[in-house]
Amino acid sequence: MPPSTYAPVAATGVFTLTAWVVALPMIGAAILLLGGKRTNAWGHLLGCLAALGSFALGAVLFFSLLGKPGDARSYDQHVYTWIPVPGFSADAGFHLDQLSMTFVLLITGVGSLIHIYSVGYMAHDDNRRKFFAYLNLFLAAMLVLVLANNYLLLYAGWEGVGLASYLLIGFWQHKPSAAVAAKKAFIVNRVGDVGLSIAVMLMYTTFGGFAFTDVFNKAPGADRDTILGIGLMLLLGACAKSAQFPLQSWLLDAMEGPTPVSALIHAATMVTAGVYLIVRSHVIFDISPNARLLVTIVGAITLMMGAIIGCAKDDIKKALAGSTMSQIGYMVLGAGLGPIGYVFAIMHLVTHGFFKAGLFLGAGSVMHGMNDDVDMRHYGALRKYMPVTYVTFGLGYLAIIGCPPFSGFWSKDKIIEAAFAQGGTSGWVLGCTALLGALITAFYMTRVMLMTFFGEKRWVEDEQGHEAHPHESPKSMTIPMILLAVGSVFAGGLFSIGSSFANWLEPVTGRAEGHSPINTTVLSVITLVAVALGVGYAWRLYGTRTRPVPALAPAGSPLTRAARRDLYGDAFNEAAFMRTGQWLTRLLVYFDLRGVDGVVNGVAAGLGGSSSRFRRLQNGFVRSYALSMFGGAALLIAALLLVKA
Amino acid sequence: MNPDSYLYLSAILFSLGALGVLIRRDAIVVFMCIELMLNAANLAFVTFSRMHGRLDGQIFAFFTMVVAAAEVVVGLAIIITVFRTRRSASVDDANLLKY
Repeated sequence: MPPSTYAPVAATGVFTLTAWVVALPMIGAAILLLGGKRTNAWGHLLGCLAALGSFALGAVLFFSLLGKPGDARSYDQHVYTWIPVPGFSADAGFHLDQLSMTFVLLITGVGSLIHIYSVGYMAHDDNRRKFFAYLNLFLAAMLVLVLANNYLLLYAGWEGVGLASYLLIGFWQHKPSAAVAAKKAFIVNRVGDVGLSIAVMLMYTTFGGFAFTDVFNKAPGADRDTILGIGLMLLLGACAKSAQFPLQSWLLDAMEGPTPVSALIHAATMVTAGVYLIVRSHVIFDISPNARLLVTIVGAITLMMGAIIGCAKDDIKKALAGSTMSQIGYMVLGAGLGPIGYVFAIMHLVTHGFFKAGLFLGAGSVMHGMNDDVDMRHYGALRKYMPVTYVTFGLGYLAIIGCPPFSGFWSKDKIIEAAFAQGGTSGWVLGCTALLGALITAFYMTRVMLMTFFGEKRWVEDEQGHEAHPHESPKSMTIPMILLAVGSVFAGGLFSIGSSFANWLEPVTGRAEGHSPINTTVLSVITLVAVALGVGYAWRLYGTRTRPVPALAPAGSPLTRAARRDLYGDAFNEAAFMRTGQWLTRLLVYFDLRGVDGVVNGVAAGLGGSSSRFRRLQNGFVRSYALSMFGGAALLIAALLLVKA
Repeated sequence: MNPDSYLYLSAILFSLGALGVLIRRDAIVVFMCIELMLNAANLAFVTFSRMHGRLDGQIFAFFTMVVAAAEVVVGLAIIITVFRTRRSASVDDANLLKY
């Protein structure tokens, strides 16, 4: 059933707290950034408090929303008029409904846990206070993004998270690789930002405004081609932010940032902003099937690419990053399916937020114990040395591969089901892709698990010759991991009891029951068989004692080699854009030097040269002057006579 | 007598003067050649006045004489000053003002 017209009511009472959800981390970031070194001693505590305070407010709002009937959970809060110009007005206002509430809880909840984790993880970093300032800045920008009640403010938040992402990827800027990765992420994201900004401008010219109320209520009556254009531009924005094909290349490099950043920004929250954008703009996509088809195609391609890349990486964070790409591919695929998929895309987003953040924090914990080595070929047999990490990582692993009854099972299964229910050839193609993706997910996650925690020790000394002596991480790190593991285990099940999550989101996104050509129970069994196959194959390759994992990566098949190089995404970008760009600049420089400068300099040189020659005529001899006067007068007279004749 | 002959004489005198200005080096001679050109012009004026029966040419001849007298005063003064400083009245020696 599609949702009724979009008509939020003005926020009153407890709902006026919405602005404070955003304001708290913003104030935190401002104090930490402006306060400078004076705040070093307690900066991390303030950062955590801001995040926790924001989460507490979010929880209050959530329970207040629960107290209202389903179709009366949509509130608008006007904060101030941002750009008051005659004939144009942009408001800063927040919109609270089930969708933004879900995101607020995810962002502040996972965000708070990762703040706490970072206290331990960044304990030895001189710039810990700055790190927390950036984290708070990120929280504030992300909350603006999901709470904005118009696309212009959403765009501001969108840019804000891009900035925070840039600052945090390049946090260890003394490493050239981190500085380059930060720039790469920023530049690739610019491509998408251009798309989003064009979408916002199109909205303004088409609907006369970019507030959700304008856009959503006027879109059904607008020109179909314009709507398609807006949809495609929104998709472009979503592709860059969510690392979807063809703008996926930045995410793997983004792993140069500190691990809590990878967990919070590049796994749980920011990279899912694209999914949020698509689901939030569902009115646009609902009336443009072509745009939606493209969304599903992008999702399906990325799903496979991410999974294949995840299989080949030996860097634990990059393997997880490939997995993130792949899982967001699932979400985008789900969002592209329309009303049968929106709620499940968001549900997978939330469960993924739990288990992927947990997996990343686990990876961070392992690195913490292994002298910051990220190569899984140097791990092995860690389960005895890091029991808490092992268990929490293992629970996250079970959740991501979709093992029942863990979270991932409920959400991923639903997306696969919805893909088949799309119907027609596209339904079969998308469904089979998703199914195959589940198999590969099981394979690469089992590989990560086995290479890290099982098998023989393959530890090596680090560059300073310190022997690896893995140890469990401090409490501030393990407790967030445990809490996220709890979410990984139970969230999906809780959401699925009586379709509670779907019912909660339905008033915002609308929902339709799909009709899968395969019986849902049979499909679940097929999915589980695929997962089992993936796990089994990985076990055969990496788990058995007879074939230990080589400490040096073998050459591998052509596909493996391609996957190690991110399926030539960077090579393609370099050949198609960097090289041509360089040629273009060289051409322009040549044209500038030879063409523009050539004309200017040539004229000047010609004048200079000829004048230095003409100058010689002024030879100082009176008689030669007299001769030229005489000649001139003769010529003049001759001319006069000629004219007269 | 045919007035055309005066015009031919005037042309010959003018040409001699111009040639003198162009080829002689001594400033005094150049100066005298200029006077010669002026007087050739005067002769032409007077002849034309006679031919056309009008007095304009005669009056112009007087003007020319006045201007020539003034010019002689200034010109000789310059030549003498140049001679005093450079010990030479050659126009080719006074060639400092150039490129």
